This record gives sequence, C-alpha cells and structure tokens, in this order.
Amino acid sequence: MKTIKTCVTALISALLVFSPVAYADKWSDQFPHIKATGDIPGDCSYESMSKKNYKGKTLKINTHAVPVMGEPTALHAEQFAKLTGAKVDVTHTPAGDLYAKAMVPFQAGQAPYDIVFGFSNFINDWRRYLEPVPKKYVEMKQMKDVTPSHIGVASWDGVMYQFPVDGDRHYLKYRKDVIDNPEYQKQYKEATGKELKVPTTWKEYGEMAAYFNGWDWDGDGEKEYGSAEVMKKDDLMYAAFYSRSAAYSKNPKTPGGFFFDLETMKPLINNPGFVEALTDWVEATKYVPPGGINFGLGDEIGSFGGGQTLFSFSWDDAFVAAMQPDSPINNKVGAAQLPGAMKVWNRKTNSWDEGFNQAPFFVWGWAVGVAKKSKEKEMAFDYLCFFANEANHQADIGIGRFGVNPFRNDDFKVDVWTQIGWDKDIAQSYVDTLAQMEQSKNRVFPLRVPGTFEFNAALATAAAKALAGQLSPQAALDEAAKQWEDILNRVGKDNVRKAYAVGVAMEDNKQ
Amino acid sequence: MNFKHKFVFLFPGLFVLIGILIFPIIFTIRLSLSGWNSYTPEMNFIGITNYIRLFTDDPRFWESFFRLSFLSVTTVILQYVIGFALAMMVWREIKFKRFFRVIFLVPMMTTPVIMTVIWRTFFHESLGPVNDLLGGLGVKPILWLSDPVIAKFTVIIVEVWQWTPFMFLLLLAGLLSLPKEPFLAAAIDGASPFRKFVYVTFPLMAPISIGAIIIRLIEASKIMDTVFVLTSGGPGTATETSSFYIYIKGLREFQMGYAATLSFTYLVIMIISLTIIAKVLTKLMIKE
Repeated sequence: MKTIKTCVTALISALLVFSPVAYADKWSDQFPHIKATGDIPGDCSYESMSKKNYKGKTLKINTHAVPVMGEPTALHAEQFAKLTGAKVDVTHTPAGDLYAKAMVPFQAGQAPYDIVFGFSNFINDWRRYLEPVPKKYVEMKQMKDVTPSHIGVASWDGVMYQFPVDGDRHYLKYRKDVIDNPEYQKQYKEATGKELKVPTTWKEYGEMAAYFNGWDWDGDGEKEYGSAEVMKKDDLMYAAFYSRSAAYSKNPKTPGGFFFDLETMKPLINNPGFVEALTDWVEATKYVPPGGINFGLGDEIGSFGGGQTLFSFSWDDAFVAAMQPDSPINNKVGAAQLPGAMKVWNRKTNSWDEGFNQAPFFVWGWAVGVAKKSKEKEMAFDYLCFFANEANHQADIGIGRFGVNPFRNDDFKVDVWTQIGWDKDIAQSYVDTLAQMEQSKNRVFPLRVPGTFEFNAALATAAAKALAGQLSPQAALDEAAKQWEDILNRVGKDNVRKAYAVGVAMEDNKQ
Repeated sequence: MNFKHKFVFLFPGLFVLIGILIFPIIFTIRLSLSGWNSYTPEMNFIGITNYIRLFTDDPRFWESFFRLSFLSVTTVILQYVIGFALAMMVWREIKFKRFFRVIFLVPMMTTPVIMTVIWRTFFHESLGPVNDLLGGLGVKPILWLSDPVIAKFTVIIVEVWQWTPFMFLLLLAGLLSLPKEPFLAAAIDGASPFRKFVYVTFPLMAPISIGAIIIRLIEASKIMDTVFVLTSGGPGTATETSSFYIYIKGLREFQMGYAATLSFTYLVIMIISLTIIAKVLTKLMIKE
C-alpha cells in the first residue's frame, strides 16, 4: 500500500513539476516568441486565452509606431487573434501624436479605439475617459508581482486606470570595458589626478565624458565620444533634464514637492538646484557626438547601443539594445544609478546642503488603457492581460527595440537575464540598480497634473534655448518658471495642487 | 427668366463654398474665443482673452513669424532665380532638352517627408555622408542641424531643392507661351542676349513671375513638414516657424482654443501681407 502511495505521489509531483514544460511544448511550437519559457500557466496564459471565443468581434488598438511598443502590440495582437478568433486592428501612431489621437475622440465622446497606448503621465488627462481596470485583473497573480512603484504609476488615488505593461526609470549606462580597463584607469589618473570609476556625481560624469571625448578609445578606427543624451526639444528631453536635476533639487529634508512647492504652488524649476543641473547640461553639449544636441531617444539608443559613447542615461532600451547578441558592445556595458551631487538645494533655508545626494527618477513609461466608451471592454482587458502575461513579458523584456522594461519583482532576478546570454556580473549590476531604485526613499515621480504637456513643453523649450546658447541657464529657467505661473493661472492653482499632491505623497513615501 | 431660378443654380456652388470655406473659418473664429484645452474640453466663451495673450504675452509666436518671413522670402527668391535660369536653359535648343526638363522636375515629384528624412541623414553631423565628404577634403565637420544659424540655411537648402522645380515648371510654361515677334524685332535691332533678357524676356515674363512668386510664397509660408522632420524647430527654437508653433500649441499641448487664435491671426496677417507683396511686385516688375 505504502509503495502504491509513494508511486502515486511521485506521479502527481512529476505532473505538477513538468506541467509548465508540457504547456511550453504545446504553445511554443505554435508561437516561437515564447520558445525560451514556453507558456507559463496563469489567468491570461496562452492556454487560458485559447479557451476564450471572440469570433466575430473586432478589437481596435491605437499604439506607437514600430518597433518601440508598436511591434509587441502587433505581435501580441496577432497571437491573441489566433487564440481567440477575434479580429484585431492595430493602428500605429508617432509618439508625439499619441496624446491627441486619443484625446480628440475622447473629448468628442467617441471611441474609435478600444485600447489606447500612451505614456503614464497622460493619466490625469485621460483617466476620466478610461475604464478602471476591473478587480478581477487587479487581483490576478501576474498583477500581484508588479512592484508598488509601478502600481502607483498606473493608478490615480488608488484606482488603477492603466494596465501595467512596462516599467520605466532613468539610470546610468556606461562602457564597462573602458571604466574597468586598468590601462585607462592609469592614464586617466595621470592626466587628471582622479580615479576612473563608475561616476557617482554629475561632475565626475562630466569630467570623464570630457576626457573620453573625440578620440578612438575602443580601437575600431572611429572616434568615440563622451555621452549620448536626449537633447532634442520635442523628443522627451524634459525627462532627461529632470533626471539631471533630481540630485541637485530633490532634497529629502524638504518634502512637499520637487516641481512645485505644494503649499504655495510656486514653481521650483528656476531654483539654484535646477540651474546647476542645466549649467552641467549646457557643458555636456561639448562632449556629445557631433549633432548630439539634436539627439532624440532613437538617436541616443543608436549612439550608445552602437558603441559611439562612453556614457548614456535614459530608459532601459539603450542598455538592453547594447546587450543583445548582435550588438558590437554586447556584454561590455554596465548599469548604475543616476549620478548624484555633492550638494542639494534646500528651499526652506534658501541655501545649499553640503553632502552627497542621489535621487532616482521614475520617469513615465508606456501605459495603456481601455476606453470607457468601448463596446468590447472585456476583450480589451483580456488582450492587455495576455500582452503582459508571464511568458510574453519574459520574452519581451529581452528585446531592446520592443521598449518593454522590467516592472515585476521577478524581473529583478539575475537568472532572467543570464538565461538570455547576459554575463552574470552585468546582469547583477542591472538588477541591483533597478532594485536599489525601488528601495530608495528619495524618489522623483513624473509630473502628472492637468496641463502636464504644457508644463513639460515650456520647460523643454527653455532648456533647449539654453543648450542652443540662445539663453543662459538662469534666464531660460526663469522664462520657464514664468510660463509655469501662466499655465497655473489658466488651469487653476487648486486643480493642479490637488493632482500634484497625489505624486508628492508618493515621493514623500506616504503612499 | 424668373429671377429666383438663378439662385437655384447658384445654390449647389454656394452650399459647397459655405461648407468647405466659410464654415471652417467661422468655426475657427468661435474656437479662438474659447479656452478649449485638455482640462477644459468645451466650447466655453472667454472673449478675447486668447487674443490679448497673443499680442501681449507670446513673443515666441512673433519670433516664429519673423523667422518664417526670412525663410520663405529667402527660399522663394532663390527658387525664382534658379528656376528661371534652368527654364531659360531648356527653353533654348540644347541637346537632351527633354531629358533635362524631366530630370529638373524629379525633386518636386518626390514625397517631401521622405526626402527630408533622406536630407536629414545626409546632414547628420556624425553619421551623415556630407560631413564625411567634407572631412575627406580636410574641412572640419559643419554643424548642419545643431548650429542655430546654419540650421536655418539647411532648411533653406532642402526647401530650395524640393520646390525649385515648381518654379521652373511655371516659368518654362511662361517662356514657351511668349510671342516670337518681340524677340525677332530685338534680333533685327542687334540686341545682345543680356539686353534681350532685360528688355524683352524679363518684362514679358513679369505677370507669370508675379503669379509664380505669390503661389510659392503662399506655399512657403506654410512650411511645416521640412522643419518637423529636419530639425523639429531646433536647436532651441532657431528654426521654429509659425505653422510648426501652431501645431505644437494645438496638437502637442492640446490648447485648441489658443491654437485657433494663432491660426486665425496668422490667416489675417498672411492675407494682408500677400496682398501688399503682390501690389509691390506688380509695381516693380510691370511697367506701363
């Protein structure tokens, strides 16, 4: 009897252990995208979706242009259609037009798209037109693994409006083969009297970038440069500026706002902290590649990912692109938190607080929601759930051009990355960087208030003028602050304050 | 004939005119008096607040307008001079005349956005072939798109390349339609080619030239795609034009009411200035 029991237990155990592999065999043959993991059981797995029947129904999606987010949207749409019988129409739209393309029909009371992709900082403007994510999805296992920071980014006042499909933050990327090279360390020490190491402050970043600018330091016959940064005015450059400003302006001793003083709603963007950051950034125009002042995100990814620069900082994409097997700098890069500063502005005492300060920027990322007026809400949420299921997610995060980045606790495990060919120490530095950012108590979250676009555009225009030499950093930021005051008056200070308080609570670790 | 019948025949044309011209203008005017934006999505009435903001607190619009004036006048003058020269060249009996006529038209037949992407690649400061070629000749890399002054001339180069063929086409059609007698008379009088051009060809071409210049000025004043793709108005705001600025305010920042104010003001300014330009050109180029 005991033997029979043992056999039955062993059989059941074997079935349980190997059942994912069984799914993998079945589904990865049909869908090679998930060949590395196979299907992973869950509420929105391939197996689960195959049991749904949406034959005769059409799902309409507006997403970004191919490849970033556009390619995975289309790929998962095709898979979803095969599994459920639905017809899925995917429209691709350039990044700059995503907001308006959804907003115009939203305001006209129409729903030409069931699903709209955009950026997470659209949430305040879009939420009144989006269907909150139903409880059934919020309580799913795959959602429980999403980090609290990204749950916060996708939610407003505790209600989730955006379905998490991507996680974003800015961090430093550097050429490990140069920074760790003993010969260059010696050479740099002789030339500057300083250590060549992963920069911990923006000043060190600038000094190293300037030193490694304009000569062939990797022996490929081409000149290399110091840094690739997103400096093009209408191409997300304001996010890069906030990243550079956080260390100088996000003072843990002065809670109550990074962009505005929550009490008075006075814009803080022209205080000495931001001015110092912009001054550094103007200096950076000297160590970017020729034309670097016009680099958008795509250029930055291509430049650093193609081995043209020593440093870069922005979203994960450039790092993941650099780590792909076909990259010329595969396994030659490292990740670290954004540099900090040796002083931070204290707006209460109106003076600099001396000492090291660092503040990670949880910049907005890709976000997606279901239109409140959609007639196919259930199918729409099923699609999003399928998009972000464990198998798809694991496959997507390893493809740099997809723009899908870590936002789940499981993503911070080294094995996930070594399985796709990353060196263990690089994978470790990457997951450590991301994990440290999650644990930081001095974080900056994106501005998510009514008129976000106007605020960011005003800042970007002013910063661009400074980078182009049209205005000094102080004059440029004074101009931006004046425009922020005008926008505040138009939108209403109380409206902005109410919305801004939600983000400030997250920054002040009250949520 | 019953007088009322005239109106019956007029009605379809009038209806179309109202539908496609009058209604959009009236709607734009009404929108310009509202504060429609992302957080107040309604046609509320705020009077002339937007107009006050434009005339008292928006130097960026006026800067973009003067920049546009510089870009459009410069490009149209260059297009006219080059287009006229090319038209004169193929107007005469030369070898491969038909081939040249077709080849000169090619830039105009290409898609502006695609061609601008190609030009942007050419002028890319670190990866583009133009600086590579110049480097081969020992010339330092030129900041085609990142220097505030040079970027304006880069926009001009692309615009001139794209639209000179249009000028060439109109002027060639004009040259081909000129009467032969004045040229015969000038030849009998022994006029030199230069005098023939100054006293015969140019005056006879004046009405066509004015038409061509005005058409191109109208088009050039709407310059948007080239700036959008080539420089995005940068570096800073160095190449931002009125239409690009209106696009930013309307479709990027979603300030629909204010963008309508900018559009309507811009329309009025363009109607007035083009009317004045046409009168001045007529006075200068057509002698009684």
